[in-house]
Amino acid sequence: MTAISFDAVSKIFQTPRGPLQALDGVSLAVQEGEFFGLLGPNGAGKTTLISILAGLTRATSGHTQVLGCDVQTQAAQARRLLGVVPQELVFDPFFNVREALRFQSGYFGIRKNDAWIDELLHCLGLSDKANSNMRQLSGGMKRRVLVAQALVHKPPVIVLDEPTAGVDVELRQTLWQFIARLNRDGHTVLLTTHYLEEAEALCGRLAMLKQGRVVALARTSELLKAASSNVLRFKLDAQLPPELAQRARVTGRIVQFPAHNAAEIEHYLAAVRQAGLVAEDVEIRKADLEDVFLQVMGEGAQTPSDAAVEVAP
Amino acid sequence: MNGWQALFYKEILRFWKVGFQTVAAPVMTAMLYLLIFGHVLEDRVKVYDQITYTAFLLPGLVMMSVLQNAFANSSSSLIQSKMMGNLVFLLLTPLNHWSWFFAYVGSSVVRGLAVGLGVFVVTGWFTPLSFVAPQWIVLFAIMGATMLGSMGVIAGLWAEKFDQMAAFQNFIIMPMTFLSGVFYSIHSLPPFWQTLSHFNPFFYMIDGFRYGFFGASDVSPWLSLAVVGSCTVLISATALHLLRIGFKIRG
Repeated sequence: MTAISFDAVSKIFQTPRGPLQALDGVSLAVQEGEFFGLLGPNGAGKTTLISILAGLTRATSGHTQVLGCDVQTQAAQARRLLGVVPQELVFDPFFNVREALRFQSGYFGIRKNDAWIDELLHCLGLSDKANSNMRQLSGGMKRRVLVAQALVHKPPVIVLDEPTAGVDVELRQTLWQFIARLNRDGHTVLLTTHYLEEAEALCGRLAMLKQGRVVALARTSELLKAASSNVLRFKLDAQLPPELAQRARVTGRIVQFPAHNAAEIEHYLAAVRQAGLVAEDVEIRKADLEDVFLQVMGEGAQTPSDAAVEVAP
Repeated sequence: MNGWQALFYKEILRFWKVGFQTVAAPVMTAMLYLLIFGHVLEDRVKVYDQITYTAFLLPGLVMMSVLQNAFANSSSSLIQSKMMGNLVFLLLTPLNHWSWFFAYVGSSVVRGLAVGLGVFVVTGWFTPLSFVAPQWIVLFAIMGATMLGSMGVIAGLWAEKFDQMAAFQNFIIMPMTFLSGVFYSIHSLPPFWQTLSHFNPFFYMIDGFRYGFFGASDVSPWLSLAVVGSCTVLISATALHLLRIGFKIRG
């Protein structure tokens, strides 16, 4: 069964500067049990899409369903099936962790939920914080509580909107082990993240959004295969000649060229040598998701990190 | 447990945890009003025969406290949740507009009545009081608190920042309460202001409430009941409608 389906979903925000098209006919289907990744630069429409799914925002047109329940016409059922971890680090300053989780259970009509709450606290490393006020928790701890709050009603479909933004390595590991376990137990997971290595490691399938449109949708392995299979990487103390720089990705001293075969690699190295430059720390590695991402985002537009498209007022 | 009961209980706990600010402080304020105005005006103002000014003032202050605190409860809870962003926890739940309404307005009624009772308890021994028709006292207190709790929901949904909320409170709620006859009988006003007061629903709440104590009032309690009853229904219906469409909370 389809866990999440977006059917031609569009969203136009009315802003003081005129209408802003945040989503433009997005169609996606996530099957039950999948670990699905939603990638895209800032302003691509990821959070808008998730807000529509969660019923926080209404789509201008199109249909969205969670396990067959329409998020507008069957809102209550759809929300019971969905556990959403919001991107913003929000909390209720009046209560401690356990109170917050009990109230959240209560809103879903669940009265005695302490066994599950204890398990959540344990799995997220929050057991010793159960009676701490939300205000006293660090950012990472607050993030864990957000995850626990999203799971109090044991939703079959879990949505995480950049859950690891600004979170330390240890928490990321704890969090991913837990989410991966839930996924193995049959929960469907939809994840948006800025950490591409996370998406590569966890997600079976990926969609890339750009300016409110789906620009890539495939299995993670296929996306990786479709990209240039290798990357030539080296360090350089001087500037690359312009004709080479066009084709390279330069980050400070690090230069990277996408390459399909040995001849191409030899060609680049020779060009560098002919320019009178010395390449250090030369290595050849497999293309990763970041390479695919930059390649897909770079196609067509010159400003891949630009916000959503403006349409005429 | 139904979802709305959890939210109702949370809203009660929310104000109770800061009870000094939400219950004790307004009781203290009302007591000061009674001490000062009672002292200054006791010998100068006579509204009804056989009723001292302090006795006249007391029900007015009780009702004013009920109304102001009922409004403050739902409005401040909503605006705080909106500003803090934690309203999202509610928006993600299957709670419908009736649940939101009963929880927010219900907790406002509880806080309004708690403060009103508090004011009554600390000021009641200043002056002898009569309770001619207690059913009117209870009825007007509950209706008034419901109406102001609903107004608080409307204001909380509408306001986008604390500034707008303060404007709503200081330019609408405060003048309507102060100009409703808490401190005076409208019969002592010039004809123009007397006529104007008759368009203020808060006047009927105070007048009907006071009737329950003394059996005397500026207008018939049945008229007050009709006015306050229809205003309460109208405002509650508006609040429910705004909650149903997710006014300013669901984009």
